[in-house]
Amino acid sequence: MPKTLYDKLWDKHFVTSVDGDGLLYIDRHLIHEVTSPQAFDGLKQFNRKVRRPDLTIATMDHSISTQSASLDACGPKNALQLKTLIKNCHANNIVLYPVGDSHQGIVHVMGPEMGLIHPGMTVVCGDSHTATHGALGTLAFGIGTSDVEHVLATQTIRQSKAKNMRVNFNGELPEGVFAKDMILALIREIGHDGATGYVVEYSGDAISSLSIEGRMTICNMSIEAGAKAGMIAPDDVTFRYLDGKAFSPKGEKFEAMKVAWSALFSDADAEFDKTVDIDVSRLSPQVTWGTNPGQVIGIDEAVPQLPDSYSDGDASAMQKALQYMDMNAGQSIDDVAISHVFIGSCTNSRIEDLREAAAVALNGQVADQVKAIVVPGSMRVKKLAEEEGLDRVFINAGFEWRLPGCSMCLGMNDDVLKEGDRCASTSNRNFEGRQGRGARTHLVSPAMAAGAALKGKLTDVRLLLRGQP
Amino acid sequence: MKPLITVESKAIPFAENNVDTDQLLPKQFLTEITRQGFGKHLLHDVRYLDNNESVLNPDCVLNDPVYAGAEILLAGENFGCGSSREHAPWAIADFGFRVIIAKGFADIFYANCLNNQILPITLPRVVVDDIVMQCRQDPNQLVCVDLSNQEVRFNSDVFSFAIPLHHKQNLLTGVDKIGRTLLEENAIAEYEAKALHI
Ligand code: SF4
Repeated sequence: MPKTLYDKLWDKHFVTSVDGDGLLYIDRHLIHEVTSPQAFDGLKQFNRKVRRPDLTIATMDHSISTQSASLDACGPKNALQLKTLIKNCHANNIVLYPVGDSHQGIVHVMGPEMGLIHPGMTVVCGDSHTATHGALGTLAFGIGTSDVEHVLATQTIRQSKAKNMRVNFNGELPEGVFAKDMILALIREIGHDGATGYVVEYSGDAISSLSIEGRMTICNMSIEAGAKAGMIAPDDVTFRYLDGKAFSPKGEKFEAMKVAWSALFSDADAEFDKTVDIDVSRLSPQVTWGTNPGQVIGIDEAVPQLPDSYSDGDASAMQKALQYMDMNAGQSIDDVAISHVFIGSCTNSRIEDLREAAAVALNGQVADQVKAIVVPGSMRVKKLAEEEGLDRVFINAGFEWRLPGCSMCLGMNDDVLKEGDRCASTSNRNFEGRQGRGARTHLVSPAMAAGAALKGKLTDVRLLLRGQP
Repeated sequence: MKPLITVESKAIPFAENNVDTDQLLPKQFLTEITRQGFGKHLLHDVRYLDNNESVLNPDCVLNDPVYAGAEILLAGENFGCGSSREHAPWAIADFGFRVIIAKGFADIFYANCLNNQILPITLPRVVVDDIVMQCRQDPNQLVCVDLSNQEVRFNSDVFSFAIPLHHKQNLLTGVDKIGRTLLEENAIAEYEAKALHI
């Protein structure tokens, strides 16, 4: 029977069935300070051991400062959580890349760039954006803390099989339009829960021509459409990305792995439960106007009108979103003044993202009333950016250049917005209160965020890139 | 864990759509390293008018004393979307809920509920709307959830709901899932022995 890529990865990792669940083997378990302490506690309570510490990798990202390498910088609670991670990793022989380490970074940024993630693997993490790793042809998904504990104890996870969805992105991306715009456009099209119950495979020529960084941006936000996971079949772009990475296989082993990885694709006649086609050549830069990632429009469009029918919750939900965002139905989104810009997060903090943003930042100065921060996704991204001189571009333009971490994506540290602040953000969630109670978030690409910083308002970055003032 | 069989209680009609886990349990409470005590922070931004949780929002239905002791939460579509934080279901359980009846759930949240002995029930929109309306009109209305028979009984109506058999069994017995999986250690070891792809 023809199989999808997801079917193949499922079968490859199927250990046995347990009470009606499939028991899947996990090749990489990534952990961080926020969702792991209670899992380690649970193990201790039952006197259980970590089965495969060698397949478990830990870093610090969520609750750390981006201004100081001290664990105490964000107060005693954050510090205790970070120190608990150190203690748990030490007690269980798990390798930890702590603040200050040259490998440290946002869990979904540092793992792939170290070469720890290979096509065909299963990857889990107590974090919903784990689908990021699907860009390398893995089955990767987020789990809760009870399941973190389950994976620590058994190196497996209990799962029911999801349905298969394929999303074809076709056409050539216009200038000023990026991977972030592709995924936002998809969520707009299928809705905030349009992929609930599915694993999504992204394909099409617009995917083939994307870098791994761009593919990660797309897979990353699969969860914003409700998907269990997002994945992309490995190809030459994938192999080139992996070649020479610190933990990638080397020499002959790499060549042998390449042959095995090349079999990881959906069979031509494999059946998908749902297929969506998107023509990217018609896309403009996207921006969210509301409080969920499906509330998206092009920068050249107006905020939608309220639906006529009040029969379902949509109209009142829209009204609530508009009120929270202080926007009006029918209003144009271009020119909405902002107070903050955040360039970072596991969606858009890789080197390519910073290059895109820097290319725009070169053209001017951050507007007076705007506070703009750039938070590289990892120490490695930071170093590379500094070697390329991107840090100087940002600093000279008036951006703050920070230490790696999740930062203002969720504000567990001191990078929090205040009530009424309005932020152009390259992160992935525009939920009420996500970046701070009462704060407003517009999700955009790195280039759009940089453009907004210079103009002090949401603006069509295509004009800036064409050199128009 | 404690078995969950039948729950009969008042139900709190908090029926908004797309309630995400950031709302259910905001980030500032994620620094805790135990599972306890999250209930007071549940839906912090809508339940309290201040950051110190000293001023209750009188407009929030979770604060309405007529619903005190309710063990059933009525929710909208795509409930629990967003972050995988299990702190959200911990807060829901700690607040006293044992059942959530919604128009739909996000996947990770659904799994997290099951892992915490919270029963997530999906019912059709119109049915949820009707229960919500009636529980608003008469907060003392009881809703009866019978897991063994997979039924929600309300007034004279009976609505059956779907739940995979193994999830049902786990809830009914309060099984230790990890302990159960560990009985498969031989199969796991065999898999490891032949899986040279790592
Ligand atoms: S950057 Fe944001 S979305 Fe990504 S792991 Fe950190 S908090 Fe989660």
